[in-house]
Amino acid sequence: MALLQISEPGQATAPHQHRLAAGIDLGTTNSLVASVRSGVADTLPDRDGEHLLPSVVRYGAGQAAQVGHAALAAAVNDPLNTIASVKRLMGRGIADIRHIGTELPYEFVTGSSAMPLLHTVAGDVSPVEVSAEILRNLKLRAEQTLGGELDGVVITVPAYFDEAQRQATKDAGRLAGLNVLRLLNEPTAAAVAYGLDKGSEGVIAIYDLGGGTFDISILRLNQGVFEVMSTAGDTALGGDDMDRAVASWIMAQAGIRDDAGRSVMRHLMQLARQAKEALTTEQQVTVQIPHGVDGQWSGVLTRDSFNALIRPLVDKSMGPCRRALRDAGVRVDEVQTVVMVGGSTRVPLVRERVADFFKAEPMVDIDPDKVVAVGAAIQADILAGNKPDDEMLLLDVIPLSLGLETMGGLTEKIIPRNTTIPTARAQEFTTFKDGQTAMSLHVVQGERELVDDCRSLARFELRDIPPMVAGAARIRVAFQVDADGLLSVTAEEQTQGVKSSIEIKPSYGLTDREIETMLKDSMAHALEDRDVRRLREEQVEADRVLEALHAAMASDGEQLLEVDERAAIDVAAAHLAEARAGTDYRAIKRAIEALEKASSGYVERRMNSSIRKAMAGHAIDEFSK
Amino acid sequence: MAAESFPNHFELFGLPQSFRVDRQRLDERYREMQRAVHPDRYVNASDAERRISAQQATQINEGYQTLKDPLRRGRYLLELVAGIDHNDEHRTTRDVRFLMEQMELREALAEVRDAPDKFAALGEIQQRISAELGSLEGEVGDLLDDAGTGNLAAAGELLMKMQFYRRLQDEAVELEMFLEDELA
Repeated sequence: MALLQISEPGQATAPHQHRLAAGIDLGTTNSLVASVRSGVADTLPDRDGEHLLPSVVRYGAGQAAQVGHAALAAAVNDPLNTIASVKRLMGRGIADIRHIGTELPYEFVTGSSAMPLLHTVAGDVSPVEVSAEILRNLKLRAEQTLGGELDGVVITVPAYFDEAQRQATKDAGRLAGLNVLRLLNEPTAAAVAYGLDKGSEGVIAIYDLGGGTFDISILRLNQGVFEVMSTAGDTALGGDDMDRAVASWIMAQAGIRDDAGRSVMRHLMQLARQAKEALTTEQQVTVQIPHGVDGQWSGVLTRDSFNALIRPLVDKSMGPCRRALRDAGVRVDEVQTVVMVGGSTRVPLVRERVADFFKAEPMVDIDPDKVVAVGAAIQADILAGNKPDDEMLLLDVIPLSLGLETMGGLTEKIIPRNTTIPTARAQEFTTFKDGQTAMSLHVVQGERELVDDCRSLARFELRDIPPMVAGAARIRVAFQVDADGLLSVTAEEQTQGVKSSIEIKPSYGLTDREIETMLKDSMAHALEDRDVRRLREEQVEADRVLEALHAAMASDGEQLLEVDERAAIDVAAAHLAEARAGTDYRAIKRAIEALEKASSGYVERRMNSSIRKAMAGHAIDEFSK
Repeated sequence: MAAESFPNHFELFGLPQSFRVDRQRLDERYREMQRAVHPDRYVNASDAERRISAQQATQINEGYQTLKDPLRRGRYLLELVAGIDHNDEHRTTRDVRFLMEQMELREALAEVRDAPDKFAALGEIQQRISAELGSLEGEVGDLLDDAGTGNLAAAGELLMKMQFYRRLQDEAVELEMFLEDELA
C-alpha cells in the first residue's frame, strides 16, 4: 500500500502489518464505533458494556467536556450547557438554525465566521468542535479496545448531506486527530454491513430513518460493485420529530403550556421517547408526569393514536422514495431488497408503510442502530489495505447539483445531482460589460432555479482579466468533486491564461487556519515530542516508498522504464536512502517528494497498463472498427 | 496521461466506435476499470498516485456517462467523426409534423392538471414520449451504423428531436413532482 503499487490493484507489494481501522457512525442521537477483528465486524462497547454513545456533550467551567450517558443524564438539569443533536447544526448557518432552531433550547452567538456558535459556561463552541468531542471519545474507546493508535477511520454521513455538511464532518474528524480515510454514505454502509456484495445482485433500496434525518438510496449491485443510482431524503425528519409529536400530545392532554421552561421540555421529550419505544412491542402505554395541583398527570397512549400522531411524518418520507426511484430510472417492482437502517425503523408503522410501498418485506436482521457503523468498519478495513483481495467497490454519487450563479440570480448547473464521483465538468462563461477586468463567481448547491433558494457554498473572484468588449473573454470554470464528495473549483481566462482557483470551503465550515489553531490548542498538553514523532513518521513513509518502488521495478521496470529515466529514479532513491539514515525529517520529506517526482511518469504508465490489464482478454479487433 | 493513451471514450472502454453499444459489455468494463483505478484502491498511496487515480476514475466516469446515454453518445459520436458540435441549444428543425406534435404534447401536459385522473393522464404522455425517444434512437442507429457517413446531418437532426423530447420528459417529471407535493 505504498508508492507505485499499481499493476495489481489492491495487492500489497510486500507483506505489511495489520492496520488498525475503525468505522464511526456519527449519529444525531447516538454514535458508535466498530472495527473488524479476526474477520468479524462488530461495534465496540465502552467499559460499561454500552455500544451506543449518546451524541450529547456537556460543557463545564474549567473542566473537560463530558460526553455520552453522563452528559445525557445531566441534560434535564443543565440544558444550556448540554448539547444534543448537534448533527442537525453541522454545516448550517445562522439563518438555517433560526429556521430549525425554534425548538432548540441553546443560546446561539455569531462568531467571526458565518458559522454559528453555541454559548456555554466553557465558552462559545462551534458544532464542529462539539462533534469532535464525540469523535475523540470514540477514538479513545477504539484505541483502548484495539490496543494501539488508529491508522484511519471511515465516518458516515447521510447520503443527503450537502457539501457544507460533509466538509464540517470531515473537519470534526481532523479536529479529533483522526485520519479520515473516507466519508461514506450511511445507506451504502448499511448495504455493505448486510454483505449484500456476497451473492445477491440487483436493485437495493436503503430506507434510513434516524433520530434527525431521513435518507432513501437506490443502489445497484453487480459483481461486488455497489453503484449508488440515486439518493433523496429530508435532513430535518426523524425520530426526534416523533418524540416531539408525542410530547405535544402530552402537553395538550395535560394542559402544559408552551412556556413551561427548558427542563420541563427536556423531561417531556424523554417521556415521549420512552412511550414511543414501548409502543414498538406494546399496544398501549401509560404516561406520567409531575404536573398541576394533584402533582401528577397520567394518561394512556395507544398504538393506534400514536400511529395517528406520526402518520404525517412517515408519509413525508414517501415523497423522497418516489423521487429516488424516478431518478434511478427503476420501477418499484424492480427493487429486490429493502434494508432498514436507523432506530426509528423499529416503529411498526414505519415497517408497515415501507413494506407496503416497496411491496417487499424489509431486512431487519442486523440491529438498525449498529448496521451503519458495522458497514463503515468493513469499508475502513478494506481502505486501510487489510483485505487486499476484496472485490468490493463503492461508487457513490453527489446528492445535490452543483452550479454557479449567473446574471439575474439564476443558477447554472454544472454537475447534476446523482453524478458518480469522482467527477469533473467545465463550462465557459463570458463577461457582461465592456472592459470588465474581474468576475465574481458564486458557487451554489441545490436543485432550484433561483440562487436564493440554493445553498451558497463559496464566493471567489477572478481578477486581471484583460479588458475586452463584452462577451469576448472566455472564462472556463472547472468543477472537480473528489471521492469524498468534496468540491474544488478553478476559473481561467482562456485567451490570456489568467488563473484563479479555490478549494471550496463552505461558508459555514472552518478555515484551515482555524482548524490548525484548534489542533494546536488541543495538542498543547500532548506529551510527545512532535519532531521525534514527525521523524518517525517520515522514516516509515520513506521505507514504504522505497520498498514499493523496488518491488514495482523488479516486476516491470524493464518494460516500462527508459534508461535515463531509470537512472534518475535510482539517483533519487539513493538520496532518499541517505536522508532516511539521518535525523532531519524535513530532508526525508523533500527526498520523498523528489523521488515521487522522478517516478511520476512511470507511475502513470503503470496506471495505464493496469487499465489495459483490466480489459485484458477482450479481443483487440473489437477496439477498432 | 490517460487522455493521451485513450483518445476517445470508445477506445477507453474497448468498444467499437458505433452508435449502438453493447450495454452489458459497457457496464462490465466500467466496473472492471473502476475496480482497477478507483481512489478507494489508493487511499494509502502517494499523493502522485492518488491524483492520477482520481483523474483516471473521473475520466472513466465521464466516458461511462456519455456512452450509456443514447443522446449524449450520439452527439459525442458526431463530434468525433465530423467535428460537429451538436450541443448548440439554438438549432431548430423545419419538420412541420414534428413541430405540430411537440405543440400538441405541450398542450396535453398543460391540461393534465384539469384531468379527472391527473396521474393517469400524465403517465400516458410520459409513455408517448418514451416511445418517441425509443424509435428516434432506432433511427439514429440505422443512419449512423448502417447507412454510412453520408447521413451525418440527418442524424444530427434526429438527435435534436431527441433533445426536444428530453426537455418534455423533464417538464413531465417536474409536473409529476408538483402533483405529488400537492398530495402530501
